[in-house]
Amino acid sequence: MATLDAKIPPGPLSDKWTKYRSTCKLVNPSNKRNIEVLIVGSGLAGASAAASLGELGYRVKVFCFQDSARRAHSIAAQGGINAAKNYQNDGDSVYRLFYDTIKGGDYRAREANVYRLAEVSASIIDQCVAQGVPFAREYGGLLSNRSFGGTQVQRTFYAAGQTGQQLLLGAYSALNRQVHLGNVQVFSRHEMLELVLVDGKARGIIARDLESGKIERHSGHAVVLASGGYGNVFFLSTNAMGSNVTASWKAHKKGAFFGNPCFTQIHPTCIPVSGDYQSKLTLMSESLRNDGRVWVPKAKGDKRHPAEIPDQERDYYLERRYPAFGNLVPRDVASRAAKQVCDEGRGVGQSGLAVYLDFRDSIKRLGEPVIRERYGNLFEMYEKITGENPYHIPMRIYPAVHYTMGGLWVDYNLMTTVPGLYALGECNFSDHGANRLGASALMQGLADGYFVLPYTIGEYLSGEIRNKPTSTDHPAFADAEKEVHERISRLMSVNGKQTVDDFHKRLGNIMWNYCGMARNEQGLTKAKNMVRELRAEFWKDVRVPGAAAGLNPELEKAGRVADFLELGELMIEDALTRKESCGGHFREESQTEEGEAKRNDDDFAYVGAWEYKGSETAPVLHKEELKFEEVHLTQRSYK
Amino acid sequence: MNSLSQTLNSSIARKVVMALTGLFLAAFLAEHLYGNLLLYYNDNGAAFNEYSHTMVHNILIRMVEVFLFAAILLHVAQSIAITRKNNAARPVKYQVRKDGETSNWFSRNMGITGSVIFFFLVVHLRTFFVPYRITGIGEDGSLALVVKEAFANGWYSSFYVAASLILGFHLNHGFQSAFQTLGMNNKQYAGLIRNTGTVFAVVMGAGFASFPIIFYFNLLGR
Amino acid sequence: MSETINLTLKVWRQADAGSEGRFVIYDMQGVSTHMSFLEMMDVLNERLIKKGEEPVAFDHDCREGICGMCSMFINGRAHGPMDATTTCQLHMRHFKDGETVVVEPWRAGPFPVIKDLVVDRSSFDRIMQAGGFISVNTGNAPDANATPVPKADADEAFAAAACIGCGACVAACKNASAMLFVSAKVSQFALLPQGQVERTDRVQAMVRQHDLEGFGGCTNTGACEAECPKEISISHIARMNREYLFSIAKGDK
Ligand SMILES: Cc1cc2nc3c(=O)[nH]c(=O)nc-3n(C[C@H](O)[C@H](O)[C@H](O)COP(=O)(O)OP(=O)(O)OC[C@H]3O[C@@H](n4cnc5c(N)ncnc54)[C@H](O)[C@@H]3O)c2cc1C
Ligand code: FES
Repeated sequence: MATLDAKIPPGPLSDKWTKYRSTCKLVNPSNKRNIEVLIVGSGLAGASAAASLGELGYRVKVFCFQDSARRAHSIAAQGGINAAKNYQNDGDSVYRLFYDTIKGGDYRAREANVYRLAEVSASIIDQCVAQGVPFAREYGGLLSNRSFGGTQVQRTFYAAGQTGQQLLLGAYSALNRQVHLGNVQVFSRHEMLELVLVDGKARGIIARDLESGKIERHSGHAVVLASGGYGNVFFLSTNAMGSNVTASWKAHKKGAFFGNPCFTQIHPTCIPVSGDYQSKLTLMSESLRNDGRVWVPKAKGDKRHPAEIPDQERDYYLERRYPAFGNLVPRDVASRAAKQVCDEGRGVGQSGLAVYLDFRDSIKRLGEPVIRERYGNLFEMYEKITGENPYHIPMRIYPAVHYTMGGLWVDYNLMTTVPGLYALGECNFSDHGANRLGASALMQGLADGYFVLPYTIGEYLSGEIRNKPTSTDHPAFADAEKEVHERISRLMSVNGKQTVDDFHKRLGNIMWNYCGMARNEQGLTKAKNMVRELRAEFWKDVRVPGAAAGLNPELEKAGRVADFLELGELMIEDALTRKESCGGHFREESQTEEGEAKRNDDDFAYVGAWEYKGSETAPVLHKEELKFEEVHLTQRSYK
Repeated sequence: MNSLSQTLNSSIARKVVMALTGLFLAAFLAEHLYGNLLLYYNDNGAAFNEYSHTMVHNILIRMVEVFLFAAILLHVAQSIAITRKNNAARPVKYQVRKDGETSNWFSRNMGITGSVIFFFLVVHLRTFFVPYRITGIGEDGSLALVVKEAFANGWYSSFYVAASLILGFHLNHGFQSAFQTLGMNNKQYAGLIRNTGTVFAVVMGAGFASFPIIFYFNLLGR
Repeated sequence: MSETINLTLKVWRQADAGSEGRFVIYDMQGVSTHMSFLEMMDVLNERLIKKGEEPVAFDHDCREGICGMCSMFINGRAHGPMDATTTCQLHMRHFKDGETVVVEPWRAGPFPVIKDLVVDRSSFDRIMQAGGFISVNTGNAPDANATPVPKADADEAFAAAACIGCGACVAACKNASAMLFVSAKVSQFALLPQGQVERTDRVQAMVRQHDLEGFGGCTNTGACEAECPKEISISHIARMNREYLFSIAKGDK
């Protein structure tokens, strides 16, 4: 069994990164020119890494499957980005951000990484402002902050409800500058379909040009994955339609361990499903819970119009159960509570799978103009989608899959268990433990790309300066390319009766019902078989129309769903193994008397990193024990 | 970075030429209208004839006249070049377009209104400028009389009225468009510029249209 | 409000860039009025696949109106009949039972059709690469609050920066001009102190690339502003023109 070495530098927590930076190995400028780095993904993590490596003088190639690097899924992030700037003078500090993140993640993240994240957070804001990112400002011209769930300070920087867009466009502009200067090449409408290993090291990728269908070989001294999260394994999620696990999954099959795959964040406030044609779910920002009150009718199956239900017949269940935090309990808690009331048959709307988020009282208290100023764009978006006016009728909301804390296991250098293969952003197993706090994903993606990888990758590349770029004629490339061709022709030749979406929806249903907001041994065991059967059925009965040459969106989807069908099983396996509840992972067997999540630190204070052993062989679990030297583990309570 | 010729051939610079020549021509129109209004003096056209005479004999005005013709030619030539380039930017057309929902017809069809105005200009020059200045009613002949005679013709007058109105619409878009092109527009002044342009256009359109109407129907009763 | 409607879809089909395209008519029965336009297209595609036909290719990703990937010229309008709405946010309740809906790709020389409704918008990337950036290396930045920016300027810069690069402005413009797109970036940086150093070069480089790509010029019809899903104002074009004139006046390049 391979040992997992997180390569955490020695010394006190607060000195680790500073010391590391000043002593890590470097690559001199003339050598950098001869080193090529492949980056898969142009989201916050990928674009920031590509720009920064290009600035350092490396030759960089970036890949994304969208038609432009600017459209990576990061563009959709709404709320904001955290940073320990303490501009509000409200007691924020690197330590406090570190502590909140560890605690919010229910003590399942690595202290050293989280501390580093908090340390570099302030530089991110400086960098973005210098790039021309138009953050919200106060009348005095200085930056404005808002607060987010799980914290008591105001440390969230934002640009209206489009923070992710503005940050990504900032990184995209830095990337464009490097393209202009000839250091970076962007391959849009390209999908990585295989990782190439030479002598056990990551040396290249095989990508499909989605426009022509051509399979291409790209060689590099290192490969960086920044391919985002895999929430779409649930079919319905707040992720973009194309978000997928393919890049990570191929790497996993080539030896990269997959960390904590079952850790999924389910966001409590999304617009509910309206029919079986539904293709995705839309997030309604967490901030709405500041002024909206969540309720359902007290009586089961009460189908009256909300306005006709008097107050004494309403159950404001969050306020009732969690008087201290009320409507502002963390995401995982709010989501589970919504599921419980709906399971009891008290859900609202046609499907019964929704709860009310009601602004009546705050409109009464503050007046409509104030509410409009705070949430106008969200209310508009809600009305566009549902056709209902939330100023008059309470919003209907329901939890939806939003973020995946799990991902490729990486050490302190952000390197996976495959030498020369790095993972950044949402696609690594991340600094968020078992539950991510709002506004922390953007911070992590940019920290990884701007401020961490540019240092840590040198540590590896300094050992590569003598190695010429691997020729793409190397047999390893030929083999990997052959695998890709074979898989595509296999997909195209099944020629069955069901569409890719048919399978994806069924997979999503299984995952949502058994590996979603609440999980138990029996359900998970059942689901594991169901996923296996579905996978077998997929390869017998899927229909992929069109041809392998040229643009073929169905073929792209088919490849992604095939990988989800394998990932799903691993997620279930991981959820089965982790017999405790923590953060977004709620095992019904492990709850307190009041029905709250109950952690088991004695047995499960570890990162579960899975090694792939073949499609018919059980994966092997490796444990990275989490040592907490700075913080004390306590049970979270919001009562 | 960009050579001067590149810069001057850019789509913005071309538009700037349109804007500057356009504004210059608009200023001329205003002056022209002022002169024409002298026709309404009840002095048998004396003031108007006097004015016309001065215009011809002032050396400065004669020089400006050269610029005027140059501006007209530049405005026309540039518009043709721009239109060709703009048409080429969409080689395959849409089958269905609902442009009317997003923009004003006149704003989209400055080429058409411009062509009508150009034709109008040719006719106008043929009727007044050529006899007055070239073939000759003689320098002492009354231009005012020529005007009166010309507008005795119903067809001619109708054309004149229509063309003047089209000129008004052309100016209505052209005025604010020129300011926009010259970068003199922002959310604060947009309304002011638009309204000024509209007032200007109405005055010009109605002003020039008034002559054929008044003379044809002999509303001055002379 | 009826819950389902029937539509006749007339969709542009084109196998690839080199092939001739044509309109194909599809009978869409039982379209739920709660669907988004793209979900309606999904349903069409599922039906086509089951019938053994090739589905209609179209671009999309976020389906939240922010990535700018979706396009489609629907019934003569970019992103369909609603103002300030991308195709992915357009819902079927805005269509009438029995209506014929014509769906075309964006049409512009610099946006060649790749397949069906998918066009190549890489020209937009090249315009950005020409100058749509502030030259600052990672790690060189002063403290974010070192230079205050008047709130009004920051807000206006944000309003410009909200551009999603979808290309609706080009699609709607009678001249297929991308001036609104270019101006949004020029204007954003012109408004911020960080953008001052490179302001003359930037506007020159970006406008030049715009022209090289073959986009038409702006004739100030305002159609772009009316169609922009993010309601970006043509006052940004005025600001860009100003920047351009200023750069000519300065003329040291
Ligand atoms: C609706 C929504 C709102 C959010 N709001 C917030 C918020 O307010 N604050 C916050 O901190 N976080 C938020 N998040 C989370 C955050 O946006 C993401 O976690 C983060 O943006 C991920 O960035 P990334 O760079 O890791 O990946 P992404 O932005 O997902 O980028 C992935 C990239 O990889 C490419 N790619 C993927 N697979 C392949 C392949 N096989 N071949 C080639 N390229 C590939 C894609 O083209 C893309 O360029 C939100 C998420 C959602 C869904
Ligand atoms: S799909 Fe992203 S804007 Fe429409």
